[in-house]
Amino acid sequence: MANIQDRIDQSEKLSMEIVKESPDDRLMTLSVGPQHPGSGHFRFTIKLDGDYIVFCDPDPGYVHRGEEKMCEYRNFIQNIPHLERPVIHDSNNITYSYSLAVEELVGIQVPRRGQFIRAIASELNRQVYTLYWLAIYGIFLGHSTMFMWPTGDRELFIDLLDALTGARVTHAFNIPGGVRNDVPNGFKDRCLRNIAYFEKRLKEYEDIFYNNPLLRQRTEGVGILTKEDAIKLGVTGSVLRASGIPFDVRKAEPYDVYNEIDFKVQYMKTCDSFARSYVPLLDMKESCHIMRQLLDKMPDSGEVRAKLQPNPKGPPGEAYRRVESGRGALGYYIVSDGTPKAYRVKISVGSFRNILALPHLLIGAKLADMPSIYWGLNYWPVEADR
Amino acid sequence: MSEDSNKNKSGDTNTSQSSISSSSSPSKPAAANSPNTNISSSTPVTKASPSTPPSKTPATTTSVAKKEPEPPLFEKELVSQISSQLGDKVKVSYIRPLRIKIYVDPVNIVEVASFLRDSMAFDHAESVAGTDYPKENQIEVVYHLGSYSRVDLGAHILVLATRTNRDDARLPTLINVYKSVEYHERETFEMLGVYFEGHPRNERFLLPEDWADIPPLRKEFRIKGR
Repeated sequence: MANIQDRIDQSEKLSMEIVKESPDDRLMTLSVGPQHPGSGHFRFTIKLDGDYIVFCDPDPGYVHRGEEKMCEYRNFIQNIPHLERPVIHDSNNITYSYSLAVEELVGIQVPRRGQFIRAIASELNRQVYTLYWLAIYGIFLGHSTMFMWPTGDRELFIDLLDALTGARVTHAFNIPGGVRNDVPNGFKDRCLRNIAYFEKRLKEYEDIFYNNPLLRQRTEGVGILTKEDAIKLGVTGSVLRASGIPFDVRKAEPYDVYNEIDFKVQYMKTCDSFARSYVPLLDMKESCHIMRQLLDKMPDSGEVRAKLQPNPKGPPGEAYRRVESGRGALGYYIVSDGTPKAYRVKISVGSFRNILALPHLLIGAKLADMPSIYWGLNYWPVEADR
Repeated sequence: MSEDSNKNKSGDTNTSQSSISSSSSPSKPAAANSPNTNISSSTPVTKASPSTPPSKTPATTTSVAKKEPEPPLFEKELVSQISSQLGDKVKVSYIRPLRIKIYVDPVNIVEVASFLRDSMAFDHAESVAGTDYPKENQIEVVYHLGSYSRVDLGAHILVLATRTNRDDARLPTLINVYKSVEYHERETFEMLGVYFEGHPRNERFLLPEDWADIPPLRKEFRIKGR
């Protein structure tokens, strides 16, 4: 007997933290991630009582790169390529608000055509990100078609961004003062063609995915985040809009040319996991309208960026600017001491704000609902870690 | 925050800090933010403006047009609402379009934050950022507060700032007022070593589990090779 007990003890020691079950309490501790493909580079520990989750502790930081510290060593322009790294699929938006903040600090007026081009690039990039997110959301609810289709349709917008910026994923396109280069010939027609095709595809997404009874059963009424809780937790982006709050930075605090664009903030009042998956689709639809208007209203000629000094610097001061990214409000708080380098840069990202809702939603939910709740939060681990 | 690592770093620190200070000798960033000066943001702007405009092309840059000291009416009204209620407890640092920054003492911060939440409808925190000012031996912590419940405040950010001593950095937590600061404060603790009294978990969050150095966003922490 003693022999067997020894072996059990030994195996318990060996099992480390992956799955631990102690005889005293009936709870099982389960570590999700960081290697699990479903969690991304993110780990959270949950405790299970039977099928129900009774404890959840997020543990981000596996891809922490010290972006904020690095910003203090480089000048404002040099920061752009590495600031894209936290979310390469949405690289135009994460540099957009950085550019806005630096422009406010340095005092740069962006030419009108440049404002339109970067708004278009940011809309295109938001589609790319949202499609990528939708693909992963689909595959983790066991819907492999929904993985293939958005991944393929992403190419529509990646091609356009490739033509516009010269790079497929990390563009380094926005700079303080405008954008790096002008649009290529025939860009507008290409855009309109791809958008028209994409809108047809969105209908097919609804048919095959959102109207799928299996998806509905797995998401409807799951993970309710009430309006009050959403405000209290300070979530943002599609998570917030799925809880019945029509807040979008493009509408609330229009930057650049967004105050000339006519669009509606898409939101739902059901507050469940289905709403959190459906609001991004509505956003993509609305984004198509926005892009059409941007392309129409863009001036035919003009400068695309302001002339800058080699090392732009402004008076000492601070700025906080934000844009609406694929994951919600994305803000930069930059303190300048009057040198060409930032004294302090704080990146406030939607992902980091949204994980606060994870324990809130998971505790009390079933383990089987975990994928839809977790991915519904529109969480991008790399961005949250910065 | 071990002393050993402090000592090890000190050689680096001196050289690097002198390089920073030499480039930024004329004016200090923190001077603009110091809590003792009322509406101080306008002073550095006007001071620096003579040096900046001639060096840039006038057609493309409007250097100070945005930060003209005349604040918009709506923001002014918000500030007067705050200061009529709280009096000396808040010091207004700047009022700009859509942005208001106020300073409070650490002892009053919970009371001020509660007032902002309950009476002004600033219902969530977007970000909490700490900034290290070694020359003044202080750390500044700013809360960017926003509002979802009042539509007309959607574009506004109220910057609630406070300062603490750098050697014994302690602040009362705002977690009981704003639940949304929970992870942000935890991040500020590990990155700047500001202990939030009353916060349930002043613990490592993003850094590696075996992190044994000083908080990395303090200025004496240098990236290797830089």
